[in-house]
Amino acid sequence: MRYYVKKIVSLIMVLFLIMLLTFLAFQVIPGDGAVSRLGVDAEPEEIEALREALGLNKSLPERFFRFLGGAVRGDFGMSYQYSRPVSELLAARLPATVGLAAVSILMICIISVPLGLLCARREGGFADRAVTLLTQTLMAVPAFFLGMIITFLFGVVLKWFSPGGYIPPGESFGKYLHYMIFPAAAISIPKIAMTVKFLKTSVLRERKLDYVRTARSKGNTERAVLWRHVLRNALIPVITFMGMVIADVLAGSIVIEQVFNLPGVGRLLVVAIGNRDYPVVEAIVVYIAAIVLTVNFIVDILYQRVDPRVRIK
Amino acid sequence: MKKHGKILPALLLVLGLAVLGGCSDENSSDDPNKGGADGVTATTKEPEFGGSIVVGITQDLDSLDPHKARSAGTEEVLFNIFEGVVKPDKDGNLVPAVASDVVIAEDGMSYTFTLREGVKFHNGELVTAEDVVYSLKRCAGLLETSDPEVKVTSALSCISEIEASADAAGKSIVTITLSEANTELLGYLTGAVIPKDYDRQTEAPVGTGPFRFVSYSPLQSFVVEKNPDYYGTPAYLDKVTFKISADTDAAFMELLAGGIDIFPYLTSEQASQLTENYNIAVGTTNLVQGLFLNNAEKPFDDIRVRQALCYAVDRQEILDIVADGKGTLIGSNMYAGFAKYFNGDLVNTYEYNPDKAKQLLADAGYPDGFDMTITVPSNYQFHVDTAQVIVEQLKKVGIRAEIKLIEWTSWVNDAYRGRQFQTTVVGLDANLAPSDVLKRYQTTASSNFLSYSNEEFDRIFALAVAESDDAAKIAYYKQLQEILTNDAASVYIQDPASYVAVGKKLAGYTFYPVYVQDMSKVYYVKQK
Repeated sequence: MRYYVKKIVSLIMVLFLIMLLTFLAFQVIPGDGAVSRLGVDAEPEEIEALREALGLNKSLPERFFRFLGGAVRGDFGMSYQYSRPVSELLAARLPATVGLAAVSILMICIISVPLGLLCARREGGFADRAVTLLTQTLMAVPAFFLGMIITFLFGVVLKWFSPGGYIPPGESFGKYLHYMIFPAAAISIPKIAMTVKFLKTSVLRERKLDYVRTARSKGNTERAVLWRHVLRNALIPVITFMGMVIADVLAGSIVIEQVFNLPGVGRLLVVAIGNRDYPVVEAIVVYIAAIVLTVNFIVDILYQRVDPRVRIK
Repeated sequence: MKKHGKILPALLLVLGLAVLGGCSDENSSDDPNKGGADGVTATTKEPEFGGSIVVGITQDLDSLDPHKARSAGTEEVLFNIFEGVVKPDKDGNLVPAVASDVVIAEDGMSYTFTLREGVKFHNGELVTAEDVVYSLKRCAGLLETSDPEVKVTSALSCISEIEASADAAGKSIVTITLSEANTELLGYLTGAVIPKDYDRQTEAPVGTGPFRFVSYSPLQSFVVEKNPDYYGTPAYLDKVTFKISADTDAAFMELLAGGIDIFPYLTSEQASQLTENYNIAVGTTNLVQGLFLNNAEKPFDDIRVRQALCYAVDRQEILDIVADGKGTLIGSNMYAGFAKYFNGDLVNTYEYNPDKAKQLLADAGYPDGFDMTITVPSNYQFHVDTAQVIVEQLKKVGIRAEIKLIEWTSWVNDAYRGRQFQTTVVGLDANLAPSDVLKRYQTTASSNFLSYSNEEFDRIFALAVAESDDAAKIAYYKQLQEILTNDAASVYIQDPASYVAVGKKLAGYTFYPVYVQDMSKVYYVKQK
């Protein structure tokens, strides 16, 4: 129990630090929400008036703590650019981002575990060599480039989806998934390649250990040894790795949303930074940070479930 | 062989998922290869009423309230749902819109508008003189309570009073009285007429234009439909969706796949790849693109250095490299599309001449050239490309130029507003008034980011604005351009060409001398 309390306290501390750093970063870069909103030819008095209205003229600590107070209550204020509540803007964009991440992670799990095991079982075989070659190549391809190739190949040439298209899940869940698959593939393929390689190495390492020989000598089939004994142990480092992959997927989705023109949180973030729309940026950064921290938290717990020897103190 | 049997299904899983998804798609409905011949903008084809199109844009709207919208990208879209008392036509004339008649007093001290009868807002209510007065006052900053987001047009500060009345026949009249003479205020009176005290303009905009608002989702789309009650020539199309793409590259992919019917911001290279499925309309962007110089900064405070730069930049080569030779060369701060005021004599004042440039540099005390920085906003690839060509050209006269890319808001804040730059490549736009194009060169203008100063210019500018005789006015403005050219205030390059992809089934796309995407003139060509 103490462990969880400690973990949650440190989680909150990290979130606080992230908010503070984001806030400070915005003080350093040129321009502010008022300059950006009013554009090139605004008169200085106009900018001053809007600064006053947006509260940009208040002192640094006052602005930060006012924001913090709102954030604690779940209120991130109004967007400078859209004059709408930030939470409303964010809520409208979550389906695209969450769906993209979920489909990506699902694809990574479904594809990389069987592939990794296959390679380990038939080490040195044709399948293993083919997959290794493929993973080596795909690991090196950046997701945005893969995204452009996928858009061109499946969108423009084969016309399996229309580039830039998006259907909200409320309208048609099937079509929504359809539009998620291609960008998700762009994100997950390099990650699948990495996970396969990682899992294969991990399985191979485990198979050389003594307990495997014992399991075999007890009369277990090769398949049973692999699935019941080796995989369980081999997964421990993979779970840690997956925790990092999930954070990566979220970061990757920012770029991929741009390439596939998805109305997700990532694209909103890019636009909001350009517009110096500080409340929106801060809310999104907090959201991403919260997810990454939560995932790490879950990974720690999973760790313990898979390997009871790992005692969390 | 067995090994293959197992690996293939696994490998094809990704593809398989994609195939499954592919089946539910329904984008086979339109074959863009059918129909339509040449001439995109020609109006000789037989139009068909009805239908809907998708227009690609690459900038999100900064506000749906026309008085709060600042970016050109927003104004050109909102043109479809809003109108002022007057509005621009495709030749750059201001034609009556909500007002049916305008009288400008001889002395330039007052403007009288007779309102058109029976004009309705999109909410069904009739436009009253009070609405017009309210809208004009809001644009001029004369309302009692002011909203800091509303764009107050500084040129309207000479207005002292706006009043509603009725003439003998009972028609509504709106009179604008000025505190000083100004005969070109009409160009600034295109501000949208909106219902008085309607406070949901940012969520559900209401205007009088040929289209009316349907929906808007930030970063996704802005949808309008035909206004059935429009008093003027009705729109052909029933529905227009402005789709907001992340950038030109993303939009280009959508064009290749046929998901966009009209896209206005192509590069010449992209345009050449689309000719199979689209007609490409070529017009002008109505920008003054130049290498703008900070006249207050050393060594650009020396006229000989500025002139040397003018001689050292080969404008034709820039056009050939970055725009396939398309675009109009200019020689001063006026775009060629504004034909009435454009001083064509100045185009070749500084013919490319590197030797003369070197000589001038030597005279100014820089026989070995100097180092300089060209600050360019990174989101404008066209200007970045131009700057790269300029860097190479300047090398030939010994000037070592370096490009500094900065993000747009930083450019606005530091370079433009803060005047912290040496040189910059951008395109300047303006309103439909010659004074708007040239006003930034007045010594005290807040938009004078070049810190240009010339007493003669200031004097003639004031005369030009107040002049009511058209011929004299034109002469003044041409003289102002000449002063800028002689002073080599900056290196004026071109009015860049604009490439618009228009689906082959469509016609009627119209270029305007201002930022406008007028969809009311676009139609599907009747199939025979």
